[in-house]
Amino acid sequence: MTGVPIEHGLLLATLLFSLGLLGVLVRRNIIFVLMSMEIMFNAVGLAFITGGSRWMQADGQIMFMLVLTLAAAEVAVGLALVLQLYKRFKTLDLDVLSKLKG
Amino acid sequence: MLNLLWLVPTLPLVGFVLLVFGSLPRKLAACVGVGSIGLAAALTLLIGLQLLSLPSDEQLFRQMLWAWFSVAELNVNFTLYLDPLSLVMMSIITGIGFLIHLYSVGYMADDVAFNRFFAYMNLFVAAMLLLVLGDNLVVLYLGWEGVGLCSYLLIGFWYDNPANGYAARKAFIVTRIGDTSMALGLFLLVMHLETLDIQAITQQANALWLPGSWLPVLAAALLLGGALGKSAQLPLQTWLPDAMAGPTPISALIHAATMVTAGVYLIARMHELFLLAPQVMVVIAVIGAATLLISGFTALTQTDIKRILAFSTMSQLGYMFLALGVGAWSAAIFHLMTHAFFKALLFLAAGAVIISLHHEQNIFKMGGLRKRLPLSFWCFMIGGLALTALPLTSGYYSKHEILLATASFENGGMWLWLAGVAGALITGIYTFRLIFIVFFGEQQGAAQESFGMVIRLPLVVLCVLSVLGGWIPLPFGEIFPALHFDHGSSLVNWLTTLVPFVGIGIAYLCFYKNNALLESLSKARSGQLLRRFWFSGWGFDWFYELFFITPFMCLIAINKNDVVDSFYSLLASLARVLHRLLSFTQTGRVRWYAAVIVLGVVSFVGVGVMR
Repeated sequence: MTGVPIEHGLLLATLLFSLGLLGVLVRRNIIFVLMSMEIMFNAVGLAFITGGSRWMQADGQIMFMLVLTLAAAEVAVGLALVLQLYKRFKTLDLDVLSKLKG
Repeated sequence: MLNLLWLVPTLPLVGFVLLVFGSLPRKLAACVGVGSIGLAAALTLLIGLQLLSLPSDEQLFRQMLWAWFSVAELNVNFTLYLDPLSLVMMSIITGIGFLIHLYSVGYMADDVAFNRFFAYMNLFVAAMLLLVLGDNLVVLYLGWEGVGLCSYLLIGFWYDNPANGYAARKAFIVTRIGDTSMALGLFLLVMHLETLDIQAITQQANALWLPGSWLPVLAAALLLGGALGKSAQLPLQTWLPDAMAGPTPISALIHAATMVTAGVYLIARMHELFLLAPQVMVVIAVIGAATLLISGFTALTQTDIKRILAFSTMSQLGYMFLALGVGAWSAAIFHLMTHAFFKALLFLAAGAVIISLHHEQNIFKMGGLRKRLPLSFWCFMIGGLALTALPLTSGYYSKHEILLATASFENGGMWLWLAGVAGALITGIYTFRLIFIVFFGEQQGAAQESFGMVIRLPLVVLCVLSVLGGWIPLPFGEIFPALHFDHGSSLVNWLTTLVPFVGIGIAYLCFYKNNALLESLSKARSGQLLRRFWFSGWGFDWFYELFFITPFMCLIAINKNDVVDSFYSLLASLARVLHRLLSFTQTGRVRWYAAVIVLGVVSFVGVGVMR
């Protein structure tokens, strides 16, 4: 049982997470932001699975299932919102959609 | 029958409640307003007859209604106390009160606020009855403040005119100064005697305090402050002339017959305490003498018929205080009673003149009204004669008694007597100046007497009382220490009797015969100045305006935005600044929020790892 060492798995997960985060922070198009968030979810999922395989526990994979479901639900709601936003404002630029301020 | 004592103040109170909360039609309101006082008067008569049928050393009755409150050592019960003194006061209040209520039905007939007027009047009578029936000083104080409130409400009865509102506030605030002093007096009594029961105070004070020591002197002086405010004596007298802004029946009931005599009643009721403070007694006598002279001179120059009577009331109250000061308690109450008769008569007659002339109050716009208004004329004549204390009228007996008692007072009695006699002379002059100007001379103004029975009857009854009231024997057997005064040397006696005639003579010469001397005097510069000085009431209003009201208004202007408030408004503005800062971070940019969250998480995790 010589699998991928945990360090590699976690490193990859961190890398993916940072990439996703960077996307969320720098992208202005809301669809790209949502996609970047998907990457962050999957990075987290990868970290769970890596952990699960390291300690031979099924919990990691179960958590990944939950994260996947959550991501699906989030995307369903998110895309619906995106559609509505586009209908109303004819734009998907997040910096333009900044009416909600104090 | 004595057990029905509680009903006497309750009846007017019920009348008040009915008039306030039941929107009664005018006729019914009049029935309720007058009827409640009439019933109270009838009940007073029955109770009085029963009380006086008891042997003289058992003539007191105490009725405890409920325990009011009890704090530490102090137990205060709501108790009524009836003895001959409160009986006399109660009879005056309900009797004269009934007549004046009856008169008001006619006088106020055209007023829109008819019900409100009778509601206030009934409340006043209830409060005044509590004042004189209170067994302890707390109940007395309740009534005391109650009558003050009603006085305020009724002076400002015609509140459309801002001047009336000002007069009402002035009366309320000036008497409040006195009341504060009285409240302090009550606190002092509670602190040192641990009771507010009048009889207990009397006993304890006599047992614990030496005559002339500082405690009784202080207590008596503080109570005196309350009495001075209520009874419009120097230096708190300035409110009474302005109080004439109210309807005339109010002036008759509250500001002549009853409320203003509350101070006299208080001192007479607490006379044992005042006997322990001889210094205060002298002060009372001097204040009384000064007030009677000052207001007498002021009355000489007034032109408003009601203001003349108001200053005359102050002057007569001065006589009562003089009597109290020299220890002639029963004489003071006697004068209180006769004064209630003839001054109520004078005010009601003045009211009759005023409505006959369509609310004209300036005496120089009247004249020769003798033929036109015969009833008012005769009422004024009888009331004026009683006021000047001509022999055989009621005023003669009471004032004579006061002056004789004053003359035999040890500490400077002769000087006080001289002031009193000079006051009697001035009383004669100003009373008959009023009568000669209004009722004699050239006819001015078209007036017609068209009064109903409700106005005529009280006037006639009060005329009879003003003449015969001097023969009513006051049943003060045991209440007041007997006053031993010799009946004066014949000179004192004769002077006291004759001086009013001289006053009337002077008035006759000056105001009936158109004396040239008076003309030239009033033309001269010094005469003008003196007239102006007297007219303004010896400049007291000016003095208070300059030294109290103006500085106070300045302070108010400075402190317009309350100093204490500024701390809290500082807190509010601080919160507002913080709010601005926080809301500044709400940019509406989602990416900005996300970045801040990341920064926060990274820094927290960083701090966690570093540790």
